[in-house]
Formats: sequence, C-alpha cells, structure tokens
Amino acid sequence: MEHIVIIGNGIAGVTAARHIRKLSDKKISIISAESKYFFSRTALMYVYMGHMKFEHTQPYENHFWKKNRIELVEGYVTKVDTEEKSIQIDGVSDLNYDKLIIATGSKPNKFGWPGQDLNGVQGLYSKQDLELLEENAPNNKVCKRAVIVGGGLIGIELAEMLRTRNIPVTFLVRETSFWNGVLPKGESEMINEHIREHHIDLRLGASLKEIKPGKDGKVKSIVVEETGEEIDCDLVGLTAGVSPNIDFLKNSGISLGRGVKVNRFLETNIEDIFAIGDCAEQHEAIGNRRPIEAVWYTGRMMGETLAQTICGNRMEYNPGHWFNSAKFLDIEYQTYGWVFSERRKEDTETHFHWRHPKEKICITIAFDKESEEVLGINTFGIRLRHGMFDRWLSEKRTIDFVMEHLTDANFDPEFYKGFESQIVSKYNSDFGKSIKLKKKNLKRIFQIA
Amino acid sequence: MSTYDKSMALTGEPPKSLSIGQKIATLLGLSGLGILLLAIFNVNFPNKSFWLTLSLSAMAIGIIWFSWDAYTNKLPGIKNDGVWFKSISSRGLWAWVAGLSLTGFYIVLYFYPEYLGLVSDGNNKGLIALFDPLSKLLNGNPASQWFVYGTLYTVAIIAFGIKFLWKYRHNRYERLRTLSVMFFQTGFAFIIPELMARLNGHKILDGGSLPYYDLKNIWPLNYYNFEGYRIKMFLSSGEIGFGLLIFGILSIFVITPILTYKYGKRWYCSWVCGCGGLAETAGDSFRQLSDKSTFAWKVERWVVHSVVVFVTLMTTAVIYSYLGNDTSKYWLTKSTFLIGVAILLTLVFGWVMIFKREQLQKDAQYGAIGYFVIIIALIGFHFFSGEGQVFLFKSETLRKSYSFLIGSIFSGVIGTGFYPIFGSRVWCRFGCPMAAILGFQQKLFSRFRITTNGGQCISCGNCSTYCEMGIDVRAYAQKGENIVRASCVGCGICSAVCPRGVLKLENGPLEGRIDSNQVLLGNDVDLMTLVNKK
Repeated sequence: MEHIVIIGNGIAGVTAARHIRKLSDKKISIISAESKYFFSRTALMYVYMGHMKFEHTQPYENHFWKKNRIELVEGYVTKVDTEEKSIQIDGVSDLNYDKLIIATGSKPNKFGWPGQDLNGVQGLYSKQDLELLEENAPNNKVCKRAVIVGGGLIGIELAEMLRTRNIPVTFLVRETSFWNGVLPKGESEMINEHIREHHIDLRLGASLKEIKPGKDGKVKSIVVEETGEEIDCDLVGLTAGVSPNIDFLKNSGISLGRGVKVNRFLETNIEDIFAIGDCAEQHEAIGNRRPIEAVWYTGRMMGETLAQTICGNRMEYNPGHWFNSAKFLDIEYQTYGWVFSERRKEDTETHFHWRHPKEKICITIAFDKESEEVLGINTFGIRLRHGMFDRWLSEKRTIDFVMEHLTDANFDPEFYKGFESQIVSKYNSDFGKSIKLKKKNLKRIFQIA
Repeated sequence: MSTYDKSMALTGEPPKSLSIGQKIATLLGLSGLGILLLAIFNVNFPNKSFWLTLSLSAMAIGIIWFSWDAYTNKLPGIKNDGVWFKSISSRGLWAWVAGLSLTGFYIVLYFYPEYLGLVSDGNNKGLIALFDPLSKLLNGNPASQWFVYGTLYTVAIIAFGIKFLWKYRHNRYERLRTLSVMFFQTGFAFIIPELMARLNGHKILDGGSLPYYDLKNIWPLNYYNFEGYRIKMFLSSGEIGFGLLIFGILSIFVITPILTYKYGKRWYCSWVCGCGGLAETAGDSFRQLSDKSTFAWKVERWVVHSVVVFVTLMTTAVIYSYLGNDTSKYWLTKSTFLIGVAILLTLVFGWVMIFKREQLQKDAQYGAIGYFVIIIALIGFHFFSGEGQVFLFKSETLRKSYSFLIGSIFSGVIGTGFYPIFGSRVWCRFGCPMAAILGFQQKLFSRFRITTNGGQCISCGNCSTYCEMGIDVRAYAQKGENIVRASCVGCGICSAVCPRGVLKLENGPLEGRIDSNQVLLGNDVDLMTLVNKK
C-alpha cells in the first residue's frame, strides 16, 4: 500500500490527509513536533484571552484520527533523504515514504535586531509560543509593559490579547499608518483610532533599533530607531510577518527559494515530493496573489487540490477569487477581490469610500476607471455574503450594478441597521450618479427562479 | 501546558479579578439573598412588604450594578475575556457551590415546600409568608411556593436580562430577543395569570374558576394542560374558559407549526419560552459548558425523543381516563379519542417516512419505527383488552411518574440546578418534549437555517464553544455547509462570537437549504465538483 507522509499537521497538511482518505485507502502518516492533534492556529489568541480552552481549538475529536486511519507521529523532522525516500525524525525511528508532502508552515521573522534572542522576546505563531507567552506575560505584575514590533495582523492580535490582562502595550509600527501597505488610507486611519481607543500606545513610523538586556539576561528595554527613545518592558513581541519554516530542508536537494519551490501542481523539483500551505512558494505568482500565501484559506485549498493529484487526478492549484478576513480588536474586516492600498494600486483603480459618521464602520470598493468593473471590496464592521460578491466578480459587474444591489450582499445578523442607503447616496454624490437602491431579494440571493 | 501555573494568586488577576464596584455589588446582591435565607429560618420580619422589596431590589440592583461595572468602560463587542479562568464559569469551586445550592433549592421547592414555610391550612410561615403581601396585591390570595418561585424567576430574567442587553449592546438581534423573553416572562408567565386569578368566581366566567394558565406555556412543555381538573375548570368558566382551552389546542397543532415553518423553533425557544428565557439570561455565563462530543449528541437524540413518546403516552392515557364511553352523552369517547390519536400519529409517521426519510439518519429511522409500533400496539391494546386501562399502566401512575421524573427532576433539579456544571440548556437539549417536536419540524420542514458564509471559516471554534445546545457548529462551517439542526434554538450567539462573519441565522427558501455552494470554499469549479462527490 502506498505510504503518504505529511510533515506538518496544520490546516494544509490535515486537509490533504482528510481528502486523500476520502478518495483512497492509502496509508497516511502526519508528523508534527508542535502538537499531537490538529488545532486551529488562528484560535490560539482566544486561549490566552480565556474565551476558549486549548482543546476547543481542535476541530476534530481525538478518536477521529484512528477512525479515519490517519497515523499521528510526534517528532521533529531533522532530515529528508530523497534518494532513499526516507525521513529522519528526532526521537522516533526513520520513516519511509512513497510520496512526501511538506506542509511545515511558517516561523516568525527576525531581522537580526540586537537582543532578539533574549528571554522575554518572542513571536506568536505556535502552541509553544502561546505557552511561552503565559510564562512571559501571565499578568501585569510579571509583565509591567509589553512592546510589540510590527504592525500586521498578528501584532494587533497580540496587543488585544495582552490588553485583556491589563498589561500596558506599546505598539511599534514602521509604517506611517497601521497596515497601510495593504489597506487604503481611510480604513487604515480608522483602525489607528480604534487601536488607541483600546488604550494601546500606538507609535506610527517607529521601528525597533535594539533590545537591551537586564542583569538577569532578560529583556529590560527597547530602543526606538527613529527617536532613540528607550522604553522599559518585560516582553517584546516580534510580529513583523512570517517566513516559511524550511530550515530542515537545506542540503536535501529540494529546490528552495524563500519557501519550497513548487509548480502549479504543487510539485517540487523532486518527484513524489510536494509542498503546500505557508511553506510553498510558487515559481510565478498566480494573478495578483503573492508567490507565498501565508493564509488559512489558501493552505486549505492547496490541501484539497493536492489530494486530487495524489489520488491519480493530477490537478493544478487554481484558486478562485481572492478573499480574506480578519478582526481588528472589535472591528471585523472582510475583503473580496482586490482593493489595493494607495502604495500599491495602479492608476486605473478608482476607489469609492464611505465611512459612518460616528461608528467604526466603513467600506471601500475598487473599480476600474474606464470599464467601471468592480475589482474588489473591503468592509469594516459590515459582513458581506461571500457567495454574492464572488458571483458579481465572476460576472464582472459594474460599480453601478453593485451599488444598486448592495443590500443583497449584506450578511449582518438579522435586525441590524443597514447602511446601504447612506452608502449609495454618498456614491451618487461622489460620482454624480443617480443609483436607486433595490430592496433585498431572496430569489436573487439564493438564485431561484 | 504544564510547566507553569495559571492562577497561583487567590485574589485573581485581570481578566478574572473583580473591581471594587463589583465587590460591593456582589455584597449587596448577597445581602438580598441573605434576607430570604433568614426568612427560611423563620426570622419573622415585622414589615413584610418592606423587607421583601428590600431583598428583591438588593438582588436585582446587585446584579445590574455588577454588570454595569463590567461593561461600562469597555467598547461594544464580544465580552468573553476570562470566561475559562473564572471559577464560576469554568466548573471551578464556585460553580459547584452554586450548582449544589440551586439543586438543593429545587429539591426543597418541589418536594418539601413546608421547609420554605408553606402551610396548607393556616397562615404561611417563613419565606413564603414573606411573599404573602405581593401575592395578595396581585391575585388576592396568600403566596404559595410557586408564587415565590415565579417571582424569583422573573426577577432573575429581568436583572440578568439587563446584563445581557449591555453585554451584547452592539447586536440588535440579541437585544430584541432578550427584550422579548423579558416581556413574555414578566407579562405572560407572571403578571397576567396572577391577575386572571382575580377573575375567578366572577360572572364573566359564569362563576367558574380558571386554572393557572401561562398562555405561552404550550403542551407538551406544559404537560398538565389537558388534565381532567383543568379541563373541568376551563369548561366551567364560560366562553372565556372554552376559548382558552381551544387556544391551548391550537397552540400546538396550528400556531406552532406555522411559526416554526416560517422562523424555525427559535420563535419559541429563544424569544418566548420561560425555560429558554432563564437559560439565555441567568444561564448565559454557563453556555460554554455544554458537551459538544458526538457521544453527547447520540444520547441527546435518544433521550429527548423518548421524552416525547413518554409525554404523548401519558397525555393520551390521562385524557382517556376521564372520557366516557357513551356517544350519546358526548361525541368524544374513549374509542374515538384513541382512534384520533392513532390517525394523527400515523399521518405524521407516514409523511416523514415517505417524503423525508432521506433526511433521517439510520438510527433515527429505527427509533421512529420502533416507537411508532409501540404506541400503536399500546393503543390497539385498549380495543382487545376491554376496559379499565390503556398502555398497561394506570393513567395516574403514568402521570405521577412523568411529573416526578421529567417535570421536577429533569427540568428543575438537573436542568436548572446544574447550570454551572452542564451548561444552561441541558433541559432544553436533553429533556424538553416541546423543543423536540419543534426541532423535528425545524429539521424537516422550516425555512430557518444558519447560513455559512462561503469559505471564510478559520475553524477557530468560538461558535462551537459558545453553543449552549452543544452543536459542533464549526464542523459544518469549516466545510462550507449550512447548519440545519433539530436542536438549534436560534440564540444567535455563534454568529455573534464568530470573528470572521461566517454565520447568519436566516429564513429562506427550502430549496438548497442544507447544501451550500461549495465553490465558494475558494477553488475552481471542477475541483469542488470532485471534492463533493461522495
């Protein structure tokens, strides 16, 4: 029986395993040094905040793996021997594979800052990082202040986590406004306000120069590059992005760039070895996507695709319209299609932006200046129906059409106040149009005749 | 996670520590409770109205002040910080203390009301006497243990309801729903029946007396609604009494199916029902304790449907027992009644087996067939065995055992007493026959579903954790599948706690209600067709 070995039990590896099991009777082994059972990495923050216990982050009950004949191996892979088709695992005997899937995910970036390996300096990615955080910052007596370096999604989550324990947080963001490499100005500024509303000491245009140790070899303070200011702290959270976790593959003969190089079939340069999820790097980016996509959904999609290939139906990774979501403290964010920040957008991309006069709610729609075709949408504090927007993007709808039918795409809970009429009237006045908003229509939403 | 200890300090740290204000509020609330305890131990308060008002207000204000202090300085949003660190909400010491005290209270209430001061022939004493003035004000009579219970129940729903309104101040669905249960408890369960009691003996009731009737408490939750003494009282109370009896029958056979078809069982379970009302307000801190295992789900399905069978048998036997045999006296006789029941059950059973069989799991089909055969056989038994009894047992035995096992022990002692241990909806999930009937319809014939938003789920597990009915919501959401479950009471919390906007409770067409459009999981169409091939 063919033996499929998967290194890494994150969403990519586990999805691949589940779908291979659905399609075949192959022997499947998943190796992980992080945890025996699959858990949702994105939920680690809720464990620290006390919303959930760690076991709640595990999507499948423990008996699931045995029932589906998926072997779980606990250990750290130290070497892949592509000639012998075997892998060495720390503390466990070697394992032979017929096909190998590398799904080892990411590790937090460290940019060679002085003091970056001191006690009290950490990233937030793995289960072990969470355990370390409980040691470094159990409360505001042990951790009198924390400094977070890097203004991305993990940084703001770490800030939210620490604030639940009343730990004062200084948040260093290199950019002039939070996440403005991704978000357009209006949205980014609204999030700045919201971060400050949560009593987080947000420092924009501030980067880390060095981390200074105290007598005990623990972090004592950090120095800000731009101002030279020294800030005392007991924890430094390094959240300046992640990069593929592939150090163990050096000298294995597998072609590496920043990640494991793969083609559209998720195949590496060596036969029978594949890479999926955060650690995979496409030779060429697909559409507007990045060559390395460290996103939950793409990991899942790659796992689904690769399972087909492994089970005899060779298939390209062909993701549909881009979508993503996040939550900035209390503000939910969703995006469908592409809305680029001022820094990255092309001249033909026009933005329509509306923001609620009082509440932290806003929306940005990107469309092509000439054809008026909608390119993408960002919403903050408004939920959108994925199916509706996906369909509109496929049908290449114009901004006028989307405005007219905006209510159909709303996915907020029932009885929520809709802001569609304000949005449309702002659109009309911004662009000199006279669009009339249509009422919500179940037949259109559910596509029934 | 073993090398460190999370909570060495006894006082606790944020987010589980209490502010000064919350400590005083707790003290205030406990002092209100203290007055009731003193009354139980027969401390004779001189001015009962004063001390009762003091006690009830101290408890209510304590709760409201505590919640205000908890949420006032926070921005609107999800307020679950520290839920699993706090002793009371994570099965810690305080949870057991609270659970055992509540359980003790229920045992005394149901089985030893004399310890609360109930005196059947004479003046009440103790706790019940303390409530006499309020009872006389409302219905003109001295209090009973049920009056005491009803008052405390209503105060709890109002005070904890206000807490809930603040906690979810950003969520209009939650606010409206909570205002609704607060209204139905206060008006329909508490004030209206008490005032109705004043009409007893009045000429608009033809001098008759109405039974205590909470109009929204529908059979079979209200399992005693069609007992002989109540039917007599309804029928002796003129047109109003007759109208109420008809309303009771229409409630379950006409009104309920229509509303459940349109909105799902939530219209009742989390907007109207008193049991649900308490669970959603006072029980809100315990919703995360429900068991999400597939094993618990299996137990749930067998137990709750067995209760439905039990209540059907019991009610049939009770009605049977007071009907006559002579068609010339009254059209409804023992035989016509039993034939009617058999026809109704056969219609329901036949409809499900012919049109909806593919929606039932194998064990559910076996269960349905088994129970159907048993009931029909027992009904048939009447026609072969001659007179006296139906279903092998005396109707009185059935009634008493149901009332003891289900009505008291299950719904009260376990269902509410063990909130802090098993979670807030144990009764609704495992025991309530009303919920089971509504759920049966919700699963098979209703426009309600929880829509999963395409591929946005990140499997974080907040939805499953905070589902009070123990539904593993995430299991559906991460597959991009809609959630259509018999047990879902539509509280909307899964949707509220979802950090990615994945879940929406909504009513829509029956077509395509369960299967979702899995293309949205993100891949191209061809792949998803393959993935979905079973």
